[in-house]
Amino acid sequence: MEVVMAESGMSVFATIGFGLFILLAAVGGAAVLTWFERRLLGIWQDRYGPNRLGPFGILQVAADMLKLLTKHDWIPPFADRMVFIFAPTAIVVAMMMGFTVVPFSPDLYIIDLNIGLLFFLAMTSLAVYSVLLGGLASNNKYALLGGLRSAAQMISYEVFMGLSLMGVVMLTGSFSMRDIVEAQRDMWNCIPQFLGLYVFLIAGIAESHRLPFDLPEAEHELTAGFHTEYGGMKFAMLMLGEYLGLILISCMMVTLFFGGWLGPWLPPVVWFVIKVFIVICFFILLRAAIPRPRYDQLMTLGWKFMLPLTLVNLLGTGVIVLWMEG
Amino acid sequence: MADRVTIHIDGKAYQVKSGENLLQTCLSLGLDLPYFCWHPAMGSVGACRQCALVQYQNEEDQHGRIVMGCMTPVTDGAIFSLQGDKASEFRETIVESLMLNHPHDCPVCAEGGECHLQDMTVMTGHRDRHYRGLKNTHRNQYLGPLIHHEMNRCITCYRCTRFYRDYAGGTDLAAMAAHDHVYFGRHQEGVLENEFSGNLVEVCPTGVFTDKSLVNEYTRKWDLQSAPSVCTGCAVGCNTLPGERYGKLKRVHNRYNTEVNGYFICDRGRYGPSYVNLPERLDYAGLRQPDGLYNAIDQSQALQYLTEACQKGHVAGIGSPRASVESNFLLRTLVGADNFSSGFSNKEHDLVNLALSIQQQSHVLIPSVKQIETADAVLILGEDITNTAPRIALALRQTVRNKAYELGTEIGLEHWQDAAIRNLAQDQRSPLFIAAVADTRLDDVAQQILHMAPDDIALFADALACYIANEKLPDINENLISSVETIAKTLLQAKRPLIVSGTSCYNASVISATGKLIEKLNSENCEPMLSMIVPEANSLGQAMLTTRDAPTIDTLAALAIAGKINTLIVLENDLYRRCHSSSIDNMLEHIDNVIVIDYVDTATTSASSLVLPSATAIESEGTLISMEGRAQRHFPVFEPKAERLASWQWLLHCMKALGRAETEHIHYFDDVTRACAANISSLEHIVNAAPSHLYRNHGVKIPRQPHRYSGRTAMRANISVHEPKQPVDQESALAYTMEGLNQSQPGALLPYVWSPGWNSNQSLHKFQSEVSGPLKGGTAGVRLIKTDHQLLDSEPAIKSKKITPADGQWLLVPRHKIFGSDELSALSPAIAELAGHAYIEINPADAQSLNVNEGDGVFIGDDHTNDSHQLSLEVHINSNIAEGCAGFSFGFNDTLNLIPGEFVSLTKNPNWQRRQADTIATDGGGSNGGSYG
Amino acid sequence: MLNSLRSQLTTLWTILQHSFTKSETVEYPEQKPYLAPRYRGRIVLTKDPDGEERCVACNLCAVACPVDCIALQQGVKEDGRWYPQFFRINFSRCIMCGMCEEACPTNAIQLTPDFEMCEYDRQNMVYEKEHLQIEGTGKYHDYNFYRVSGLAIKGKDKGQAQNEAQPIDVKSLLP
Repeated sequence: MEVVMAESGMSVFATIGFGLFILLAAVGGAAVLTWFERRLLGIWQDRYGPNRLGPFGILQVAADMLKLLTKHDWIPPFADRMVFIFAPTAIVVAMMMGFTVVPFSPDLYIIDLNIGLLFFLAMTSLAVYSVLLGGLASNNKYALLGGLRSAAQMISYEVFMGLSLMGVVMLTGSFSMRDIVEAQRDMWNCIPQFLGLYVFLIAGIAESHRLPFDLPEAEHELTAGFHTEYGGMKFAMLMLGEYLGLILISCMMVTLFFGGWLGPWLPPVVWFVIKVFIVICFFILLRAAIPRPRYDQLMTLGWKFMLPLTLVNLLGTGVIVLWMEG
Repeated sequence: MADRVTIHIDGKAYQVKSGENLLQTCLSLGLDLPYFCWHPAMGSVGACRQCALVQYQNEEDQHGRIVMGCMTPVTDGAIFSLQGDKASEFRETIVESLMLNHPHDCPVCAEGGECHLQDMTVMTGHRDRHYRGLKNTHRNQYLGPLIHHEMNRCITCYRCTRFYRDYAGGTDLAAMAAHDHVYFGRHQEGVLENEFSGNLVEVCPTGVFTDKSLVNEYTRKWDLQSAPSVCTGCAVGCNTLPGERYGKLKRVHNRYNTEVNGYFICDRGRYGPSYVNLPERLDYAGLRQPDGLYNAIDQSQALQYLTEACQKGHVAGIGSPRASVESNFLLRTLVGADNFSSGFSNKEHDLVNLALSIQQQSHVLIPSVKQIETADAVLILGEDITNTAPRIALALRQTVRNKAYELGTEIGLEHWQDAAIRNLAQDQRSPLFIAAVADTRLDDVAQQILHMAPDDIALFADALACYIANEKLPDINENLISSVETIAKTLLQAKRPLIVSGTSCYNASVISATGKLIEKLNSENCEPMLSMIVPEANSLGQAMLTTRDAPTIDTLAALAIAGKINTLIVLENDLYRRCHSSSIDNMLEHIDNVIVIDYVDTATTSASSLVLPSATAIESEGTLISMEGRAQRHFPVFEPKAERLASWQWLLHCMKALGRAETEHIHYFDDVTRACAANISSLEHIVNAAPSHLYRNHGVKIPRQPHRYSGRTAMRANISVHEPKQPVDQESALAYTMEGLNQSQPGALLPYVWSPGWNSNQSLHKFQSEVSGPLKGGTAGVRLIKTDHQLLDSEPAIKSKKITPADGQWLLVPRHKIFGSDELSALSPAIAELAGHAYIEINPADAQSLNVNEGDGVFIGDDHTNDSHQLSLEVHINSNIAEGCAGFSFGFNDTLNLIPGEFVSLTKNPNWQRRQADTIATDGGGSNGGSYG
Repeated sequence: MLNSLRSQLTTLWTILQHSFTKSETVEYPEQKPYLAPRYRGRIVLTKDPDGEERCVACNLCAVACPVDCIALQQGVKEDGRWYPQFFRINFSRCIMCGMCEEACPTNAIQLTPDFEMCEYDRQNMVYEKEHLQIEGTGKYHDYNFYRVSGLAIKGKDKGQAQNEAQPIDVKSLLP
């Protein structure tokens, strides 16, 4: 398939400007998310969360940032120096790249690839290198175990994450994000592709190694898993990558299953943001409520349940699509 | 009787030694059976009724009957119940009744935390008191500076009087009054007379008798850091357990060694070591300034000075019989054997070497203290043992009871049936003969006592030897011939006769004659034993380290005066206690650098140009060789304070700085010991005295602190809140921590006794292979004297003749005192209080001729032109002292210049101020201490 | 599988409902919590009703302390009382477990409802006897160890403690 970049309505400068804006917004959003998540967890766990600094404690973000910035940028003497430094940047770059294909509204996007969905999958897959390399380079048993877990977990869930989206592609007949959104004018994909959504949701959590699937860092067992040896800004980058991943997955979910920018009365971009916000809240709710499974349970769930389920979904969707066409 | 029988306890069969009592058997088996009145060394009397078990007639018997464990012999097939309800309930009730009058004062009791009564109360399960009446109270007594009395706590187990009267031969502590008014104390307040009264602290199962030296800075047992140590008070080498807290020695307890001290030590050993805490002790090295004052310098400067002095050549060294073998060996290596004196005067040197050679060459048994207790006839020649080797005297008191045991065996009484055997034997004792200058503390158990001048004692021993060998008797007093016959016959009839002699009367003839006597006795049909008492803790070690012709202090003095010594290193020795002060002054004047290593300030340190502060035996490691030739290791209880270093470290550092090849492979203390063993053939086995620093008990070191040791994070917090790492002991297998394993290690490494449920020292039986047997890890120490079954090289020369004192001349004889004669223990405040003043002791007839009365003063020596310099001592009149002899309190500061064996003139001092009545006179004195508490 | 799915969803719903419940957090320091008199905070040494030191330096608190943060040295006063020559608590180690109070046979050592004892310098967390000693009786107003039992001291002779008979006259022959 030839890769085709659809022309956006914006000039080149506007596109670059918008790209920078998205970059900053995503980073800023991820930063605020650290505070927001803690407050939300607090509410659901009958406590307050960070509420001391500034109104509602929002300045906690600034305080945390200041702290992380001023921390000693320490590299363990026993670590593989180059890889150790490279790992945190990889995840941020990969996740940021993922944002390029997100259509925020009919006109607001950076590029509209005809293989947008594949590009997204590719970028999220790249993120595994960060975790894996970070774990390896730390030269620490907890970090190594975390890295290994992450590799196994990501590769396993990658398989049916991709497959789970094929139903959506089949219904739309395109890998382009904008086409997928446009195809949902009559019915959001979450209804016909309910199984796909379910699988994508779980795989998405696992891909962004968020709770309850944060086995690579699993504090109880592995101290802090792959980022045991990380501190200061490098640690901040890893966290940033994780929150970017969270936002990206939420954006994708909205785009693929919840009709993207579609919605009445309000401007499309507002609808998009509202939908993404709700999905993020749901992710946080998952963190607040669901305990972490054991590692073997995670793998069993993946291979013995999710994969067959995806295949069934794919088969069913194919049958329906053929039947409707036929 | 040695065969084994089977008994059943709680349905389990045990193979046990027959002839023992059930309580002892249970304890040997590791079973927990409460008891109070029984003591392994004192046998059973069945007084407290605590060790009850139920005995069943046979397997059908459902009821059984209560028996007292300590009074029940184990018989084959006997069935007992220890844990059964009946026995447990009985024991619980007994404890409750014993506790009726026991006050609730554990928090302010110095026994708390190591109280046998507490342990037994918990063990029986007694918790709630039902008695609602009033508790009896008693007035306490002042019992001297050593023992604190708190009679309210008494549970009337009678252990104190059984120890004090029956075991140690004291007379002034008794049970008084009747029924529940029974009172254990003296007939009136006063100092306890017996030299072993300190053991009451350990014998009393509760807090009636506690250490007085502790009361004002008391530390509980669980807070004490302790390590195995050896007493330096005399040559017996009792094993001790000093305890430390906050850098201070808090107390000394007995450390069980089945061969040596067993369960008891004397009061010199228990209370003497408090000199370790003296504020006058040396903290820093001092360099003498021209004005005679000393400047404190640091270790490296001191070491540099020492090294430079040694480099100048013509170095001589004086060792010390109170320093360890290793320190002496290093000094000897540093200065060379020809320039090393073992630290004896001429006379001491001859005496100790003679004593050693007789022990080495006579092929008789040199008995351990335990073996001394097996003798069936004893002859003491010239020694007042209670004052020269106190623990031996306590053993001899048990020796004379062998007759009683014999009588008991005849009618089927076991040795542990204490009351029965005492009743049976009454005053019948195994024969003990004493030939001494004057009365001794063993006179009350002696069959015959002879008071003679030292030379006469030698003649008498010679006569005995001749009688035994059927030779012609030497010319002795006719009155003595019958005594010679009786004693010789008794010794010949005995199976294991024991001759005790020693150096204390400063007469070589006595020792030679003893050698001859034991030689003759040995040719007869018996196994004689010879015990030679030497003056100090390592006297024998010094004799073994050096050869017979090694220089003495006197020889070195002559060399110094001839200008052949530039530097003299004196190791832990006060030369002024060895020789006449004028000769020492003269010697030191001729030496440029006098370097003294010592831990207390002595006359010698004050005459030195450099003084190096060293660590006492309690703060350092070392090997001491006791009078029976037993090498025993002592370990530091705590690290030396300030700039003090163990003497061996000073010397080793110096030798390393000098680049001496001998020290190339010496890194640890053990290497010094090994080098010593390799170089000195007679000391070959000292490495076996204790395990090396590499020993690990199941992979870990042995902790010096009990696991309940408290205050670790606070005791230093006033200095800094940041706790330092615990000090690391590189030199031994012991650690300055509470981490490690204090179980089943070699006996030489037992730092404290504690066992679950047994907080008191009674937990000892958990560490013994059987009750009163050796420790599970073996007995500490190694015997170095091998009786090599050679005959004596030559007949020892006995140069004695009957003394005929010239008119106005008296023979000076040393009178040793347990409190005061020993240099170090005399520095301890409590001992100094008991020691009293120096005196001279003469016969009433001599007193009459001098026209003096008790308490008057006499001048000693001819020259009394200058009264202020003339030595003048208080007169004690003693009807027992041999005529013509003037006994003087030996080792007191006032009497250091009196040379035993010399004839001196005595004249009355007309200006003598009679002393006021002593404040701590034995009876009726001191009132403080009795009124409160 | 469906059961577990239902369970997960119930959990999510239950947690979501907590959006509307009140927070349990007490906003210290604006809002001071109620601390019972028996609260285990800063340790003090108390005096008996007669104004004498209660501590008899028995060492039981020190040995009971699981972090070994109490050190003291016993001494004897002229009137015969035992007392601590020094008494030191290293509060930077103290875990406020109250074992010392449990162990104290004279009610001398007591924990108070004061826990606000932060310091910038850890050394200031080391409290000596003069910092620990208070003038009052603490929680136990009437207890006086020496009146109940203990050694005879000045002002309380043998036989004057609770349930004690007058001292026995050893020389008496009466039953």
